[in-house]
Amino acid sequence: MSEIILEVRGLRTAFHTEAGAWPAVDGVDLTVRRGEILGLVGESGSGKSVTGFSILGLIDPPGEVVSGTVLFKGQDLRKLDEESLRQLRGNRIAMIFQDPLMTLNPVLTVGEQMMEAILTHENVPTQQARERCREALAMVGIPAPDKRLNSYPHEFSGGMRQRVAIAIAMLNKPDLIICDEPTTALDVTIQGQILYRMQEICRQHNTALIWITHDLGVVAELADNVAVMYAGRIVESGPVAEVLEAPRHPYTKGLLESMPANSIPGTRLHQINGMAPSLAGRPQGCAFRPRCPYAIDRCAEEVPDVTEEGVRSFRCYVPIARETATA
Amino acid sequence: MVLFVFRRLLQSLFVLLAVSLVVFFAVYAVGDPIELLVSPEATMEDRAAMIARLGLDKPVWEQYFTFLWNALQGDMGKSFVHGVPAVELILQRMPATFELVVVAITLTVVFGIPLGLVAGLHRDDYTGRGIMAGSVLGFSLPNFWQGMMLILFFSVWLGWLPASGRGETVSVFGIPLSILTVNGWSHLIMPAINLAIGNIALVLRLTATGVYEAQTHEYVKFARAKGVRPERIVRRHILRNILIPVVTVVGMEFGSLIAYSTITETVFAWPGMGKLLIDSIYQLDRPVVVAYVMLVTLIFVIINCIVDFMYAALDPRVQLVSPSH
Amino acid sequence: MAQPTQNARARTIQPLAETPRRASILKKLRARPTVKGSVIALIVLMVLVFAAPYFAPQDPYDLTKLNLLDGRLPPFSESMDGMVYWLGTDDQGRDMLSAILYGLRISLVVGLTAVALSTALGSMAGLLAAYIGGFVDALIMRIVDFVLGFPTILVALVLLAMMGRGVDKVILALVLVQWANYARIMRSRALQERRKEYVEAAANLGFPSWRIMVFHLLPNCIAPVMVFATIQIATAIALEATLSFLGVGVPITEPSLGLLISNGFQYLLSGDYWISMFPGIALLVLILSINIVGDRLREALDPRR
Repeated sequence: MSEIILEVRGLRTAFHTEAGAWPAVDGVDLTVRRGEILGLVGESGSGKSVTGFSILGLIDPPGEVVSGTVLFKGQDLRKLDEESLRQLRGNRIAMIFQDPLMTLNPVLTVGEQMMEAILTHENVPTQQARERCREALAMVGIPAPDKRLNSYPHEFSGGMRQRVAIAIAMLNKPDLIICDEPTTALDVTIQGQILYRMQEICRQHNTALIWITHDLGVVAELADNVAVMYAGRIVESGPVAEVLEAPRHPYTKGLLESMPANSIPGTRLHQINGMAPSLAGRPQGCAFRPRCPYAIDRCAEEVPDVTEEGVRSFRCYVPIARETATA
Repeated sequence: MVLFVFRRLLQSLFVLLAVSLVVFFAVYAVGDPIELLVSPEATMEDRAAMIARLGLDKPVWEQYFTFLWNALQGDMGKSFVHGVPAVELILQRMPATFELVVVAITLTVVFGIPLGLVAGLHRDDYTGRGIMAGSVLGFSLPNFWQGMMLILFFSVWLGWLPASGRGETVSVFGIPLSILTVNGWSHLIMPAINLAIGNIALVLRLTATGVYEAQTHEYVKFARAKGVRPERIVRRHILRNILIPVVTVVGMEFGSLIAYSTITETVFAWPGMGKLLIDSIYQLDRPVVVAYVMLVTLIFVIINCIVDFMYAALDPRVQLVSPSH
Repeated sequence: MAQPTQNARARTIQPLAETPRRASILKKLRARPTVKGSVIALIVLMVLVFAAPYFAPQDPYDLTKLNLLDGRLPPFSESMDGMVYWLGTDDQGRDMLSAILYGLRISLVVGLTAVALSTALGSMAGLLAAYIGGFVDALIMRIVDFVLGFPTILVALVLLAMMGRGVDKVILALVLVQWANYARIMRSRALQERRKEYVEAAANLGFPSWRIMVFHLLPNCIAPVMVFATIQIATAIALEATLSFLGVGVPITEPSLGLLISNGFQYLLSGDYWISMFPGIALLVLILSINIVGDRLREALDPRR
């Protein structure tokens, strides 16, 4: 098996209020190998984006990464000072945000924003940097890259802007790219194109990917492994095909059943009862318990520890039996 | 583009016309200058002659049109008090006022923007809070009293600076300027500071809010995620974004400062347009008052146009030209 | 599927009490330097102002009480009959403390009245413009743009030069200069609110326009206007002081703080500082406290926080 690029253990990130600090991420473990695509799935409020930012050390007050280790190629990122972290960002670990309209500065040209990603890490002549940017734009399929370098963000369409973001992420050939819902703001057809492009690029350069999304369908298409997140914890993880075919955690099962693609035409769409809890309103014990059809008393008392079964793992006292197939 | 310029100019013309109407009739309803200029012992004939000479006997509307016609030719009547053309009088005093305003604006930019930057970046620190508190004081101080206290402190008690008047001037292209002499500066510095303080406070706060808000923008976070150095983030990303509104405000403040210089010039006996205005109001010297308002309106209108064009040039999202692609 | 064992009174998690950087983060989160001082100062000033006739040592308008020989006495001097001039006297022998108390009153009355009237007038204009729209809107906004295109000080100056001195005329000038701001704020807010459903519902129910404007729209649009008005009180007071200083404001029979300061100007150069300094300090404290409170109010009501 290829080497482990990223290993996160016990990550806890909290947000401070006068009343106390509420953990948005409550003990998350992740492992990503070189060239692997990991899908991090969860509803809004599950803490998936916060996980992404925590890895890169981009949590600002009133948030704080409270505990845990984030080992990147063996080095604990949490122990690094800001300057060392800065040198890694955009260089060995890149990030793609959700809304490209907001993430590109409207008063600077795209070219300038691309070149600064290179020039801040390497001392290359401007011409060479520009050339690399041009190539990167071509790689993501943007026509007339030369002219585009001199254009401003508002002159691009949504899909093109996101391609630019991908191009920027790839500029320094990073080992890992964290993608925070990059296709959520785009329409479905564009989404397909972007997914395809990303997959291609990652295979080509052996870049690892953490793809954060709420859409299981995307994960099914794109990822090698999946980690399902609920209320700040990873409740299930494993290879995509296995997890989606035979989920162990009731939440994963619920998610699968509520996908419109899995419904029987003419019947009511399946829904998981209740709503995901707010940051301060998470119940004690297993956070999914109030909505879980299989819950027992023990679920209300303690948070289930991680049970490992080969390459799969889950946090549940009443996991779905292995033999049970999904509907 | 041409359409935009044309429309702006038309708007400006309309404003000028409207102002001329309002001002003319407002001022000509004031008191009776005849009483002021003609001694009580004057004979009826002398009065009649005076009235005829100054054109005060014709119906108001006729006076207005004559005025408008003359104004377009640069003649807005002779000062009742000084006997010279009003426009000339004002133009004579203009360099002094402009000197004051230019130095004040420079002070505003030099102090207001950097202080605002610091305050915005350190908003939750004692530094930032201190600067913001100071700015509240800055715009709360009544301008005229502040000037008086400056005089009290630096002239009366410390004796460092002269209390009033303008210093020695040097003629540059026929325009007397006092910023080229040391003596000139000793006279200029207090009134300029007086004029600048309220403005510095305003620009400071504007910059601070802009910087603070810019920090919360996604593109700043994205730049950090790319590994861009903090200094560059401040310089290229934040500053560039706030410079646009700040520049426009500073431009508009130029006109405002010309207006507020009336107060400073009165307190420091600075021989500028503002002081002339106040004196003329007292003396019911109508032509000068009217000429002043018209000229200042003209300046305002020009400044507004320039600022509008500058704004369009600086912000790539505003398009004056139809996009070519 | 079996029914889940729902525990209706589920206990929620407890927050973390201590983390490595909680203390420093909280310190930054906590409220800004207290505005308590300003509020106290304001209350004290208001009390002083209204109680002035009762406890001012001297009635500064009563000419018979004035003794020219007591003129220009520095602070803490004593008069012939043993009264202490805490803040000195002016050239007429007037006790500065009393003059300031009465002057505060005029300043405050003028400021509050001007703002109250401007708010009323401006809000109405803005509301009308937003609700009726079309030609009325265009007309009102043209006038507003025009009025706001000029520096307030100049307009007020020329207006007062035309009308002469007097408290009522000063208030009128202030209102004419300031109303446009309120109109603009009210209009932009009302335009947003007008699209909301409750307005449509009211119209469908057959309420007459004026009723909708006053009882439905107005209460929902008043907030930003009120915040602006609080800050404008300080501006109005400062403007009146400036105009009085320049000699076009209140008449000498009812001196506001601006006029007092103006009176003292000529004596400044000879070192009799108290005639101008103390009224100025009073004015400064008044304006400053209003500004601080108003600023805090604006921050607290800022929807973005």
